[in-house]
Amino acid sequence: MDANWLDIGPVDQLPALGARTLPVQGGQEIALFRTANGKVFALHNKCPHKQGPLSQGIVHDTTVTCPLHNWRISLLTGEAQGEDKGCVPTIPVKVDGGRIFIARAEALAGAR
Amino acid sequence: MVKEQKEKLVVIGNGMAGCRAVEEILARDPERYDIVIFGAEPRVNYNRIMLSPVLAGDKTFDEIVINDEAWYADNGIELVSGDSVIAIDREGKELRSRSGRTESYDRLLIATGSDPFIIPVPGHDLPGVITFRDLDDVEKMLAAAERGGEAVVIGGGLLGLEAAHGLFLRGMEVTVLHLMPTLMERQLDEAAGFLLKTELENRGQTILTGADTAEIVGESHVEAVKLKDGTEIPADIVVMAVGIRPNVRLALEAGLEVGRGIVVDDDMRTRDPSIFAVGECVEHRGLVYGLVAPLWEMCKALADGCTTGATGYRGSVTSTKLKVSGIDLFSAGDFSGGEDCEDVVMRDAARGIYKRVVLKQDRIVGAVLYGDTADGNWYFDLMRQEEDVSDIREAIIFGQAFASGGGALADPNAAVAALSDDAEICGCNGVSKGSIVSAILDGSGTLDAVRGCTKASASCGSCTNLVEGLLTITLGEDYSGEREVKPMCGCTSFTHEDARRLILEKELKEIPAVMQELHWTTPDGCSSCRPALNYYLLCAWPDEHKEDPQSRFVNERLHANIQKDGSYSVVPRMWGGITNPRELRAIADVVEKYDAGMVKVTGGQRLDIFGIQKEDLPAVWADLNAAGMVSGHAYGKALRTVKTCVGSDWCRFGTQDSTGLGIKMERMSWGSWMPHKFKIAVSGCPRNCAEATIKDFGIVCVDSGYELMVGGNGGIHLRGTDLLCKVETEGEALEFCAAFIQLYREEARYLDRTAPWIERVGLDYVKQRIVEDAEGRSALRDRFLHAQTFLQKDPWAERVAGAEAHLHQHLAEIRPFAAVGAE
Ligand code: SRM
Ligand SMILES: Cc1cc2nc3c(=O)[nH]c(=O)nc-3n(C[C@H](O)[C@H](O)[C@H](O)COP(=O)(O)OP(=O)(O)OC[C@H]3O[C@@H](n4cnc5c(N)ncnc54)[C@H](O)[C@@H]3O)c2cc1C
Ligand code: SF4
Ligand code: FES
Repeated sequence: MDANWLDIGPVDQLPALGARTLPVQGGQEIALFRTANGKVFALHNKCPHKQGPLSQGIVHDTTVTCPLHNWRISLLTGEAQGEDKGCVPTIPVKVDGGRIFIARAEALAGAR
Repeated sequence: MVKEQKEKLVVIGNGMAGCRAVEEILARDPERYDIVIFGAEPRVNYNRIMLSPVLAGDKTFDEIVINDEAWYADNGIELVSGDSVIAIDREGKELRSRSGRTESYDRLLIATGSDPFIIPVPGHDLPGVITFRDLDDVEKMLAAAERGGEAVVIGGGLLGLEAAHGLFLRGMEVTVLHLMPTLMERQLDEAAGFLLKTELENRGQTILTGADTAEIVGESHVEAVKLKDGTEIPADIVVMAVGIRPNVRLALEAGLEVGRGIVVDDDMRTRDPSIFAVGECVEHRGLVYGLVAPLWEMCKALADGCTTGATGYRGSVTSTKLKVSGIDLFSAGDFSGGEDCEDVVMRDAARGIYKRVVLKQDRIVGAVLYGDTADGNWYFDLMRQEEDVSDIREAIIFGQAFASGGGALADPNAAVAALSDDAEICGCNGVSKGSIVSAILDGSGTLDAVRGCTKASASCGSCTNLVEGLLTITLGEDYSGEREVKPMCGCTSFTHEDARRLILEKELKEIPAVMQELHWTTPDGCSSCRPALNYYLLCAWPDEHKEDPQSRFVNERLHANIQKDGSYSVVPRMWGGITNPRELRAIADVVEKYDAGMVKVTGGQRLDIFGIQKEDLPAVWADLNAAGMVSGHAYGKALRTVKTCVGSDWCRFGTQDSTGLGIKMERMSWGSWMPHKFKIAVSGCPRNCAEATIKDFGIVCVDSGYELMVGGNGGIHLRGTDLLCKVETEGEALEFCAAFIQLYREEARYLDRTAPWIERVGLDYVKQRIVEDAEGRSALRDRFLHAQTFLQKDPWAERVAGAEAHLHQHLAEIRPFAAVGAE
């Protein structure tokens, strides 16, 4: 096991064009997204606008539309798209052997 | 003697990379080495990628041999075939084979390729489970195909699909099981994967995506494959084509550095200066490859380093094609997109073509082509050269011939201008360029006007861009680009009405099918068109519709209303606004048990429980279900509430049983999905205490019967209802209501309330359909009631029973310094 990456489970439990949540005790809840192509991304589960839970938005291509007021957030960079300005932290993730690994340091950032 | 002084090169692996490396070395310096090649397979070197055509019956083994015995002899190479190397002694510079033979070396080349990966499910070692890697595997498959029967191929990647195709052509019934939602997901996007799946299914193969194998069943031989969801598929053979693993065992045991593959530098040298490696078994700059193109480049670099002088291998960009006859598919590079990327998409439904080129800073970074791959190599070249394509950007999707036609032609409008007058623009309606241009000159200055008078682009719509091009050329500055009827969204040029009509005409039943047929310009739509399409499909095909939860807004996905803090509100249905102690007790208990932040009486005569977390929703619903309550659909583009007043039972002015009728209306229409929310009210007399005249459908009871009112809205723009008609019986009131709802369901645009819809189509139209046409009315009512047989299932109860459980559970949980899976 690599100490820098946390295994958070099989990728098939993340629906394509969907998202699920990953609470971090004492830290920021993370939203994991999967695109139509099977790529996986992780962002803090907090819209830069008014903290909407991005995990509940509609995913299309590599953006998610926030469920509260329809800001579009890039899954790649966390930046708000179009006219809106704001950015949510992204966390490195990778898929290896059908399992999702998330970068330990970034995932735990802020947690005690 | 000269011979004594030659260095000795030993090659492990008589496959594609091993032999190619030897060829490259001989081409540079035929005299340099004494060469011995060990090969585990009992045969000469052949072209592995052509095993697919051999399986399909397009080639024989002899035709795919690359180097026959004479080649080894002529070049003085000793081939030790059918004998695998089992150990390398690096100190003694010697290796040992299975047969006991030892061989010393000065330089050693490892080219052991990869091994097929076998998923370790129960039964994976039963006879009849076959991999797809070498000629022996093909022979096993051919022997099985001879006996006919059923083949299950696990893996919907390149290899799996080629195996399935071969076995299908050999007469077997083939089922492909693929874990992911789309075929070849590493090479194709969803749109192309969908086309591929449809084509293979049309040919007669069964393709199951999202299929997770649990077990291979059988006593002494495979009999069936069992999926995790319990499905069992009978099988006479199972072909496992789920992936490959670099064959690194020898290197590992010899103490060489191994990551995912044997680690080599740019000269293909391992950490031991006398040992080299090439092919699928290596890891170079962190990458391992599974295609042949990189091997050729590796072998060149290796040969340079071993003879004339190092040139170095820098890694490869790869592209993929599928070797299934009649299916043209090409993919290269990265098409995961992103905001600094731009997608150029072209779809031609009539010819089954989908093309997508991804640009980043004016350079091609990826391409997916389906149906017409003629330009694949051109895109691939532009991509590898990292060429700036800004000059031909507008025309790039039309391909090389078009885009390279020089400055003038690179502008698509110029290309349209260059067409002759009798060139056909609209294939569906046979409209020529000449007639469109004269229509424009005669005053049709907008797309809609041209459509109206020539029919051009009015059917499938794929020539819309060409027609707009003609407008621009003909009118120049005067063409505003404006259209009277707006397209659904930026993803398409079709209007809502077009999309609805074509879904029915072309019998489109899934979102990707609509996007392909209607030339969507984005790969998977957006948050505005996907929910609309999902609704149109469910309305068009009530019996067959498969829900796409990812195309639902969160409220409809979670069957609760999201709140500003990310919690949810829960509104149980209270038929007609009537409740009882048992329901009130259950609600009170839920409020306390789940520590709900607030419970409120709503404007629609229901109780709304606030502050529930998504993880708790199923438990809350279970408690409410237990007291007999179902979902109130307060979250849905659906029937919301039927508001009633007390009516003739209690009220001194009441003329009819407004409460009872309200409950009947709600029982009839709950659960129905609609273009937008839909509210009903029944008032017992014209004092109208239920505010029926600002509802989508309102009833005001009078002594002589029921006044049916439609199109009211108390929201953003206040609109009082219009009187539809007056009826005498409850039965009629119910029938008219059902027919009205169905007309609205079938004809309104998604997200239109009834008020703006009626403003647009006119009250007279609605009267004509509902009041004047009795037959039409009863057909509408019947269609509504038919759809209701599918829709009236309490979604809460389904979730309580475990449906879509993942929506209510975290994927996992991180407690600092430990990750704990939730499932
Ligand atoms: C709870 C309630 C207010 C209350 O505390 O009473 C309410 C609450 C919301 N209303 Fe409403 N509306 C409520 C009665 C109304 C009414 C009055 C009525 O139904 O008699 C109206 C005007 C009547 C009408 O719809 O024509 C009303 C007109 C709206 C509108 C504007 C609709 C329009 O066509 O203009 C919206 C926005 C929308 O739907 O797009 C809206 C949207 C909302 C949403 C869903 C906003 C949102 O998207 O989060 C609110 C969240 C509800 C929740 O979390 O449960 N609500 N809303 C009422 C629930 C009624 C019920 O029992 O189902
Ligand atoms: C059915 C099929 C279709 C394919 N289609 C395509 C395609 O269309 N396009 C594409 O680019 N790629 C395709 N590929 C992949 C391509 O064939 C491989 O990338 C390529 O063969 C790899 O070459 P290699 O020399 O590294 O491995 P191999 O060709 O597998 O050669 C390795 C050889 O080493 C031998 N060996 C292993 N261990 C030992 C040992 N200890 N001692 C002695 N010998 C040993 C093996 O028996 C094998 O013969 C396909 C593969 C298959 C199986
Ligand atoms: S009026 Fe409706 S939408 Fe506006 S704040 Fe009140 S509940 Fe929310
Ligand atoms: S909180 Fe996300 S858009 Fe407002």
